[in-house]
Amino acid sequence: MTGFLLQRLLATIPVMAVVAVVVFLLLHLGPGDPAAVIAGDYATPEDIERIRDRLGLNEPLHVQFLTWIGQVLTGDLGISIFSNLPVAQLIAQRVEPTLALSLGTLLVTVVVAVPLGVAAAWRAGAWLDRCLMGGAALAFAVPVFVIGYILIYVFAIKLGWLPVQGYRPLADGAGPFLRHLVLPVVALSFVFIALIARVTRASVLEVLGEDYIRTARAKGVTTFRLLRRHALRPALVPVVTVIGIAFALLVGGVVVTESVFNIPGLGRLTVDSVLRRDYPVIQGLILVFSAAYVITNLVVDLLYSVLDPRIRG
Amino acid sequence: MNAIRRNRSVQIGMALLVLVAATAVLAPPLAGMDPLRMTPEDRLSSPVAAHPFGTDMFGRDILARTLHGGRVSLSVGLAVAAVALAAGLGIGLVAGYVRAVDRIVMRIMDGIMAIPGILLAIALIALSGATLGTVVVAIAVPEVPRVVRLVRSVVLAVREEPYVEAAVAAGARLPRLLVRHVLPNTLAPLIVQGSYVCASAMIVESILGFLGAGMPPEVPSWGNVMAEGRTFFQIAPWILFFPGAFLAVTVLSVNLLGDGLRDTLDPRLRGRFQ
Repeated sequence: MTGFLLQRLLATIPVMAVVAVVVFLLLHLGPGDPAAVIAGDYATPEDIERIRDRLGLNEPLHVQFLTWIGQVLTGDLGISIFSNLPVAQLIAQRVEPTLALSLGTLLVTVVVAVPLGVAAAWRAGAWLDRCLMGGAALAFAVPVFVIGYILIYVFAIKLGWLPVQGYRPLADGAGPFLRHLVLPVVALSFVFIALIARVTRASVLEVLGEDYIRTARAKGVTTFRLLRRHALRPALVPVVTVIGIAFALLVGGVVVTESVFNIPGLGRLTVDSVLRRDYPVIQGLILVFSAAYVITNLVVDLLYSVLDPRIRG
Repeated sequence: MNAIRRNRSVQIGMALLVLVAATAVLAPPLAGMDPLRMTPEDRLSSPVAAHPFGTDMFGRDILARTLHGGRVSLSVGLAVAAVALAAGLGIGLVAGYVRAVDRIVMRIMDGIMAIPGILLAIALIALSGATLGTVVVAIAVPEVPRVVRLVRSVVLAVREEPYVEAAVAAGARLPRLLVRHVLPNTLAPLIVQGSYVCASAMIVESILGFLGAGMPPEVPSWGNVMAEGRTFFQIAPWILFFPGAFLAVTVLSVNLLGDGLRDTLDPRLRGRFQ
């Protein structure tokens, strides 16, 4: 197990190295002078020179990269051009809402999607299955912000049950925290429930065709116990993998959902930084999100090996 | 071919897609109005006979903007699919066949896949300026690694086939080998993948437009029209609703088409997601 863990851990290094190079090169890939791009259309030559100087753009490219990567490795993500605050601090301030939204979505998704997928597989071809899979196809087709606005319109504006927008930190009490989180989490969960339910269904269907399921059925195991005890665990392996892959999708969803519901998290910080061309913040955010993706998939790999010990070998 | 035509998903998806494409192609006569013409006296009008889908804050007709938006969104979807498939096919063929290139290319692809697609796209657009071309490339870039992986896996499987070994033994050169023997095997999975890329590109375009980081604001893409509806959502929900409904139907039709093609073209992929 330790060997497996170590091997997985080492495999993340080249991935993060590529991410770092891409993130570093982003600014240099675009056409024209990066300092002028950051300064915007109304900048004076002095502004451009100041930015060039501050970002060290006068140095040769490889020197810039080595300086930058050295700082990143010591946890220094640079200084925001817009607010003059350290990027690491800006990001740390915004982590809580994003974490709450993502974990809430993950929780709701797994709790709803896995039983739905199992039910659809159990009744494959019947009306329940058709309805669920039709609903899933629809959920894939509607952008998350449209779902968000429909939820706001119905549950916040028409019915007045929940707040329209905003976020309350957990420190303000669990009640307001949860009330503000319900609509964004539900909006963001739709597409993931569709995705995970589909994968669960396919995976359970495959397992239900196995010989040992027939054996279990023959010795009189009840349907519920059969699905829960015999079919679910092997069927969860692909589901866990998809959760890892879906993380990249989740980040995109978080960015949009935070904009719709006015949640001051990392997603909003991303959009604001892009609109202000606050390049050090954009770089820092992409690095943090990518690192989170790599770590999530590392955890998924480990979970995978717990669910299916053959993989370790 | 007959199996494809008989598939229910393909039939429904194709019918819906033809319908949406027709409204986009025939947008000028169908809408009967310029999507950019402002009629200030009619602004924020709810759906009425003169404006079946209502108007926005400048009194522009939402029906005209929605139908013309279909042209932009469908073009973006097709263009992104074409760019991502072409790039992924080229890189994947070489990676699958040339061992020396394979390791490096696949590490780079793993790295790009680790960067959330929408973040990469908005960063690329913000830094290179919002034009139709940059939007297409920016949406296509994050899709490339998945296409590369797909093509590479097909190449790796095909290169062990006896007929490919026979071609090598007969002295076929690498480019000819790839084009004559390997390329045809990649076509079916690529068409399926292309339909999913196309559908997701239209969603991403709308998200980018919605965030204010997509097409130039004067282009009436579905994303941009919906972005303008944001501020007036409480009093004029139709600005957001109608383009959103058209987008949903279009994406649904392309996905259905993709599912149907996957099931008929490549039974091995059945049930697997993308």
